[in-house]
Amino acid sequence: MDHVIAAHGPVESTEVMGTVRGKVGMWLFLASDAITFGALLAAYGAMRIGSPDWPVPGQILDIPLTAFNTFVLICSSLTMVKALSAIRRGDLKGLQKFLLLTALGGVMFLSIQAYEWTHLIGHDGLRLRNNLFCATFFSLTGFHGAHVFSGVVYLLVIYFRSRKGDFTASNYTRVEVAGLYWHFVDLVWILVFTFVYLI
Amino acid sequence: MSMEQTDAAHAEPDYMKIFWWLLAFTIFEVGIIYAHIPHLILIVALILTALIKALLVAINFMHLRFERWTLIAVTILPLLLIVDLLLGLMPDIGHVPF
Repeated sequence: MDHVIAAHGPVESTEVMGTVRGKVGMWLFLASDAITFGALLAAYGAMRIGSPDWPVPGQILDIPLTAFNTFVLICSSLTMVKALSAIRRGDLKGLQKFLLLTALGGVMFLSIQAYEWTHLIGHDGLRLRNNLFCATFFSLTGFHGAHVFSGVVYLLVIYFRSRKGDFTASNYTRVEVAGLYWHFVDLVWILVFTFVYLI
Repeated sequence: MSMEQTDAAHAEPDYMKIFWWLLAFTIFEVGIIYAHIPHLILIVALILTALIKALLVAINFMHLRFERWTLIAVTILPLLLIVDLLLGLMPDIGHVPF
């Protein structure tokens, strides 16, 4: 245990529930965030099931484009685990490279979503207040997009900290915690994509 | 169990394999919506596929398989609350279009 404390420092090494404190804190935050997303999805489902004239999403939304966006986010999850693997091996350059690639994936996702929203609002005339479909679609995808944006900022903070040499093969908890957040954003999108776009 | 054992540092899943599975499931999801199959079967297939994908991410990318049960319980609790919310909403849904 002592060598772990030495490696992580006194703040990071404190255990809660047998796990590093930072990870427990992030899991608790993600649990509360999951309830928020769950409530949004449940409300979406309830309104959709209860509405006899709900539009077919495939006739309004660009499914192939969003499928590609899903692919981008899955790729960014892969680069995130590669970043963690790199720092576990003590490969700081690898960590930085994969962190930047992950952030780039996030920026790409947001750019495609911005293009989609611009098209839906500007070309198709969709507005948040138009109907229940528009209200739930913009709320869910917008809330998720805000999470992706926060994630990109978070990853860049970790990247700049890595440039200062803050992480080593024995001190990478903050990278792991950032990864948890990023994978959660990916996980939520998997559900949003299925429930809002495909069903 | 020492902290090193609870940490996922001691083992790593085959990330590339998980990635290919996620990609395959996504292609399956997009492909199936263009297939002419009964609506109910389509919805069940899509929901099951999405849940499998979400589990793959949580278990492998988020390393939930290496965590302690107390932490796994933290992740299960919100899911139970969401199911409870869905059940609570059911009486207010008058029309089921299946």
